[in-house]
Amino acid sequence: MADVTDQQKAVIVDFLKGKSAAKSKFYFNDFVALFPDMKPREVKKILTALVNDQVLEFWSSGSTTMYGLKGAGKQSHAEGED
Amino acid sequence: MAKYPTPMLDELESGPWPSFVSDIKQEAANRKANPKNLDYQIPVDCLEDLLGQVELSYKEKETHWKHGGIVGVFGYGGGVIGRYSDQPEMFPGVAAFHTMRVAQPSGKYYDTKFLRTLCDIWDLRGSGLTNMHGSTGDIVLLGTQTPQLEEIFWQLTHEMKNDLGGSGSNLRTPAACLGMSRCEFACYNTQDMCYQLTMDYQDELHRPAFPYKFKFKFDGCPNGCVCAMARSDFAVIGTWKDDIKIDQEKVKAYVAGEIKPNAGAHAGRDWGPFNIEKEVIARCPSQCMKWDGSKLSIKTADCVRCMHCINTMPQALHIGDERGACILVGAKAPVVDGAQMGSVLIPFISCEEPYDDIKEVIEKIWDWWMEEGKNRERVGETMKRLSFQKLLEATETPAMPCQVKNPRTNPFIFFKESEVPGGWTHDLKAYRQRHQR
Ligand code: HEM
Ligand code: HEM
Ligand code: SF4
Ligand code: SF4
Repeated sequence: MADVTDQQKAVIVDFLKGKSAAKSKFYFNDFVALFPDMKPREVKKILTALVNDQVLEFWSSGSTTMYGLKGAGKQSHAEGED
Repeated sequence: MAKYPTPMLDELESGPWPSFVSDIKQEAANRKANPKNLDYQIPVDCLEDLLGQVELSYKEKETHWKHGGIVGVFGYGGGVIGRYSDQPEMFPGVAAFHTMRVAQPSGKYYDTKFLRTLCDIWDLRGSGLTNMHGSTGDIVLLGTQTPQLEEIFWQLTHEMKNDLGGSGSNLRTPAACLGMSRCEFACYNTQDMCYQLTMDYQDELHRPAFPYKFKFKFDGCPNGCVCAMARSDFAVIGTWKDDIKIDQEKVKAYVAGEIKPNAGAHAGRDWGPFNIEKEVIARCPSQCMKWDGSKLSIKTADCVRCMHCINTMPQALHIGDERGACILVGAKAPVVDGAQMGSVLIPFISCEEPYDDIKEVIEKIWDWWMEEGKNRERVGETMKRLSFQKLLEATETPAMPCQVKNPRTNPFIFFKESEVPGGWTHDLKAYRQRHQR
């Protein structure tokens, strides 16, 4: 597949910025829904590029992993306390 | 003197078994004494604080570990599990106490240099506490702080040519039995397959994009030394198609008591003379063996490759020559549903390098599960929720009787209209000419 484009990255960043007040960490599946014509494994490439750009970061409980904007959200959020 | 009194933990040391409490105390004392004069990079008394925090939890019956975090090494979404104390003022040594998962060598072959280097890194930059091995099979390094993570990762990769393992919604550190390196029962090269698939699926190991965890395990035969069928979402278990090879002279030697059964494994007690009828023939789960006093025969079509007869008389019986593996999918521990064992998906598959046949199945399962799986749903749960038949379709596997565990409990395979000649419509007139009302 073609390289990850800035437009594709923007779709993800805009989605996260739009949601950041309510929620800061998302499952991989939430991003797949943003690209209905793409296979999950292609969507993953966009997320990987954004992690490498240091725009996104991983949050992990140890058993599951979520993605969020770097620095966004607090630990308490992931624990469902806000 | 210990930093905190730990009466409840101390009690755990009194039983007959080795105790993690004794281990932690021993290492705590060692760190305090610092015989190697190390410039410890995390608090010297972290293990005393660990004992203090655990004692508090035993008293209150509540954990004081917070859940998860964003820590990791750059670019990796797994391998580090963030752990923080929720009483950091009381126990500053474990305010941050992250776990690192490290890939174990295939078949768990270590040399002393590897172990020493690992321990040196961990004594300096971590708590010194290890878990060999975690339930997934990897090396678990217990307790370090965030600034140490990249340092440790650099040393692991550059000095030890090793890597972090998996955690989170990743492919987890794959594990294999020692297979052909030592074991005559190995039906394929488990270590090589494990290594190759680990290398080929680096992206899946380090960059999480699955609904939940996914584990591979490789057993060379149904004896299951890494328990692939119970412990992995995708189990590759060695098997064979043709006859078990029988050396009739050796069978007689076992019967005559000249060779010890089970390679002498039950030597600790006198179980009486070997009785082939009771110990082998009657124990065959499919009742497919016969012993007429001078000749042993096995009805191969009924043999379920349970390994019992081969394990009992290894000099007389040997695995067949037409070797490959059986693939089972969906084992898991209880979280959403109860625990379940893997279900047979492919009864026999070739295990020739470069393992393209196996990889094709894996990738079809991933594509399906990544599309259909709910968040935090193991593939075994997706399989149960959407039906085993959907998994057959996703992997383009034909339905076969060996996928049915028992009739009536899982009648999950139905014909589709496209598979029936003429579909669901039928010519009623022509039918009535052949059948009366
Ligand atoms: C190729 C031929 C046949 C097929 C494919 C077939 C298929 C089936 C199936 C799928 C069931 C349901 C099993 C279940 O609930 O788990 C069943 C039940 C049954 N069949 Fe057949 N059948 C065949 C021939 C026959 C014949 C020839 C007879 C009797 C003369 C028969 C008598 C029955 C009876 C009595 C039951 C109910 C059994 C019970 O509830 O325990 N079947 N069959
Ligand atoms: C005196 C004669 C018979 C007795 C006492 C008898 C008794 C029984 C009993 C106790 C059951 C189990 C019912 C249950 O599931 O709770 C049963 C089932 C059955 N019997 Fe009989 N039976 C007799 C004759 C026959 C004959 C002649 C046939 C066939 C020609 C027959 C066909 C069946 C079938 C097909 C079932 C399974 C029904 C199902 O699908 O659950 N029985 N019978
Ligand atoms: S699983 Fe089978 S092949 Fe592998 S070590 Fe155990 S007995 Fe040998
Ligand atoms: S391997 Fe198991 S099922 Fe097969 S003949 Fe031996 S005891 Fe019977």
